[in-house]
Amino acid sequence: MTIRTSELDAGFWREVAAELGGKEISRCFACGTCTAGCPVREIDDRYNPRKIIRMVLLGMREQVLSSDFIWLCSTCYTCYDRCPQDVCLTDIMAALKNIAMREGHVHPSFREQARLLMAHGRLYEVEDFDNKKREKMGLPPVRKEIPEVREICRDPVLEEVTTG
Amino acid sequence: MRYALFLGCTIPVRGLNYELSARAVAAKLGIEFVDVEPFSCCGYPMKSTSREDAMAMAARNLAVAGEMGLDVCTLCSACTGVLTEAQKELDAHPDVLARVNGRLALVDREYRPGVKVKHFSRVLYEDVGLERLKEPVVRDLSGLRFAVHYGCHYLRPAHIYEGFDDPEDPHTVEELVSVTGAKWVDYEGKLDCCGGAILGVDQGIALRMSKAKLESVRKAGVDALVSICPFCTVMYEDNQRKIEQEFGETYGIPVLYYPQVLGLAYGVDPKELGFRLNKVKPTELMAKLGGAGGAE
Repeated sequence: MTIRTSELDAGFWREVAAELGGKEISRCFACGTCTAGCPVREIDDRYNPRKIIRMVLLGMREQVLSSDFIWLCSTCYTCYDRCPQDVCLTDIMAALKNIAMREGHVHPSFREQARLLMAHGRLYEVEDFDNKKREKMGLPPVRKEIPEVREICRDPVLEEVTTG
Repeated sequence: MRYALFLGCTIPVRGLNYELSARAVAAKLGIEFVDVEPFSCCGYPMKSTSREDAMAMAARNLAVAGEMGLDVCTLCSACTGVLTEAQKELDAHPDVLARVNGRLALVDREYRPGVKVKHFSRVLYEDVGLERLKEPVVRDLSGLRFAVHYGCHYLRPAHIYEGFDDPEDPHTVEELVSVTGAKWVDYEGKLDCCGGAILGVDQGIALRMSKAKLESVRKAGVDALVSICPFCTVMYEDNQRKIEQEFGETYGIPVLYYPQVLGLAYGVDPKELGFRLNKVKPTELMAKLGGAGGAE
């Protein structure tokens, strides 16, 4: 990957630091403990948490936000717990995804999850069939829709998500 | 002991055997579960889109429990993590709390500190305790060997769980298994993630993550893998056939929820523990128990 200094955004890390959970990013001293213990990296080296943090600190804003790798964090929190600098990597990955979403890099998987949650308040739509099955097994019914969820979720990206 | 039972999204439609068995063993132990209809998704799936929306969802669920004066017992580890984490954030950051409560006011709710959130396994370990857990045991499972899968959010991130168990060398679920007389074995990659959270992002990576665990569990030579999270079970059990087909392997490893194991030791009818819903049939395991039946 070529780094062009003219294309770097030196303020990017401050933008990430201002996000919920992003404030410790500048503490990273690039030891690589995160990458060494990452179960996703073990399978596919496209995902490399140390490299992602480095790219943010260098200001590679567009490359990070438009990448396919920021979506690959499995949120296992292994790096989060092992990081000697308490960078809180899992939170930083969420912050990066949140910024990417707002900038229109909406991953289809998370778009669909958000759509379901806004429509039903749950990730899996509960059909009459499900409640009948539950009743047969002696289990109480679950509510099919929880509209309050849509009322309290206000991020602008959801406008786009819920209207199509 | 009285808790609001937080089912989340996966369990009430895809993890009925977990719910049935948890309710059955809770009844044996005098734990009262209160069903709370207004509970929604915990908020976990919204974290990637908007952490603040995720936190609002978590806070709303905690507010619902708070209105009823109840602590929350979760069955899903991701729900446990999100609700606990939101609580810590809201209690530590008045600015976030003010913003979130501003949203909750739109639906006439308010988050107030004080609702406890605990995973069912932790309730069994801490609130019931190992000695009391042994009392209803009527059947010795000492002929069985299990591998325990901890998953991620039951113990990580460690700081939100305030010293409960050791995420790098955990023991609580093995101790819960030992209550039944069954043996547990250590195996390579015990702490590894199932990959479930990125199944929708990159199925290939997610399935390979689960495959690695199935390989290791097969080597360990056990009667079943014991799970305490519905989505881990989706990965190891529901997707086991897919993994076998994709990689030309045969595993046939049953995946049992911990309350199913405990329920067997309590002599509960396997039907009431939802064994009919287990997709990889634990036929050999049941035969070892002397044909307890109900698994087919």
